[in-house]
Amino acid sequence: MSLLEARGLSKRFGGLQAVRDLSFVVAEGELLGLIGPNGAGKTTAFNLLSGFLRPDAGAVTFRGRSLVGLKPHAICRLGLARTFQIVRPFPRLSALDNVTVGALARHPRAPEALAHARAVLERVGLAARQDAVAGSLTLAERKRLELARALATDPALLLLDEVMAGLNPTETEAMVQLVGRIHAAGVSILLIEHNMRAVMALSHRIVVLSFGEQIAEGPPAAIANHPKVVEAYLGEEYVGAAPA
Amino acid sequence: MRWAALAALLVLLALPAVLSSYALSVCILMLFYAYLGQAWNIVGGYAGQLSVGHAAFVGVGGYTAAMLSLQTGLTPWIGMLAGGALAALLGVVIGYLGFRFGLRGFYFVLLTVAFAEVCRIAASNIDAVGGAVGLYITFTGDPRQFQFRDARAYYYIALALMLLATGVAWAIERRRFGVYLAAIREDEGAAEALGVDTLRYKLLAMVVSSFLTGLGGTFYAFYLFSLQPNAVFGIPMSVEIVIRPIVGGSGTLLGPILGSFILTPLSEVSRIYFGQSGLYGAHLVAYGLLLIGVVLFLPEGASPHLARALGGRRGRA
Repeated sequence: MSLLEARGLSKRFGGLQAVRDLSFVVAEGELLGLIGPNGAGKTTAFNLLSGFLRPDAGAVTFRGRSLVGLKPHAICRLGLARTFQIVRPFPRLSALDNVTVGALARHPRAPEALAHARAVLERVGLAARQDAVAGSLTLAERKRLELARALATDPALLLLDEVMAGLNPTETEAMVQLVGRIHAAGVSILLIEHNMRAVMALSHRIVVLSFGEQIAEGPPAAIANHPKVVEAYLGEEYVGAAPA
Repeated sequence: MRWAALAALLVLLALPAVLSSYALSVCILMLFYAYLGQAWNIVGGYAGQLSVGHAAFVGVGGYTAAMLSLQTGLTPWIGMLAGGALAALLGVVIGYLGFRFGLRGFYFVLLTVAFAEVCRIAASNIDAVGGAVGLYITFTGDPRQFQFRDARAYYYIALALMLLATGVAWAIERRRFGVYLAAIREDEGAAEALGVDTLRYKLLAMVVSSFLTGLGGTFYAFYLFSLQPNAVFGIPMSVEIVIRPIVGGSGTLLGPILGSFILTPLSEVSRIYFGQSGLYGAHLVAYGLLLIGVVLFLPEGASPHLARALGGRRGRA
């Protein structure tokens, strides 16, 4: 059963067609990867889904409900949460307070929200840093915090925008594990990621964007050797050169 | 920290017994501006929406209560609630225009300044509310008319107002409302993504802040027995309100109080000192220099440093 359905999404910024006629479905329980070269329109697609941008055309349905025209906070409360590619912690608040903001969406009373936030920090491995001011955390910790805040809103679908970007191999591996655990706990995930190893390892299916358009869709193994994908990433002359 | 607060409160309660009448009047202003600063702090400090037009709420609150008292004989004790309500209504209008259309930073500052100026010019030109001369309240000494022969009564009312606003800020701080305001101040977009209806909470903060500021207008009118458009609605009044929480630490519970306890006596002393030497207005230069110093060296204001010195933790949201 489809959890999220995007149909014919388009968005233009002046002379740039950032997203053109994009359609895809995220099934209940699925982990869908969204990849593409820089500037392909991935983050714009996230902004269209999460209400930060309004599409010029097209429809978004989440659990059978149209999301077009809803504000981001309302979409979050419906169970669709997102992270930002450039992490946006509340810098002068503690890690715990950062996550509490998310938790308050489901637990309006502060004591319950704090308890929930502590549990989420525990889940992402930041419990020891709960009193640290967010601005003082390392990048890897801030990436986890970003994830924890979104997770604290108890989403049915989590949109993760490059949560592994900027991490070293060890940190990346830990993040892959974490995303896998969150998914295994029942959260559907739409994952934008440049780290191919991570996307291939985590995704059930992958959608590939290039210049705002969907050029391929399929299981990881098929995507890795798809001529259009190789062309988009490496240029035409490499098509067919990739080892099978 | 708790003991320090209790001790400070006891000192404040006992103070009028030993003060000269001049010192008492300085302390009344000190408490009153701490009150206005705390009221501003809710929208300007916690929510980070820099209003420099709070004079509008003082004026609307004061004029409403004074007009009701002069025209209908309604006691200002009730009139002040009407004044607060009208101020809150104005707050909703300003807030809606600013927040709905995404005016941030300087643009929001300009919007709030503009509204206060429109109020000032309107009050100066409407004869029904006294025009440029303003309103004068005849002294009767009747407590039911918010008038007291003993100035100590004003002191205790100002103290009660300050405690009221601080209690409101304290209650906000430890609820969802306060956490959401802090999130809005830090990063509005990120707050929105986490389910915070930013427009709604900013408006709520504006309503609470403008209502409390409007109540203060009644105190102002019936303590000074006059309302003049240039004095209550003017930009200097807005600056007086804003500067104390910023110096003391905006978005903190103690900031506005600390700021007023530092600045009000300082401004009185420097006004007299410079006034005697014929340098009228030089105290404003002293203000400006102090503000520059705070922004450069203590951007969080004085309050966090005091809290650290007292060994207490900053109250968590």
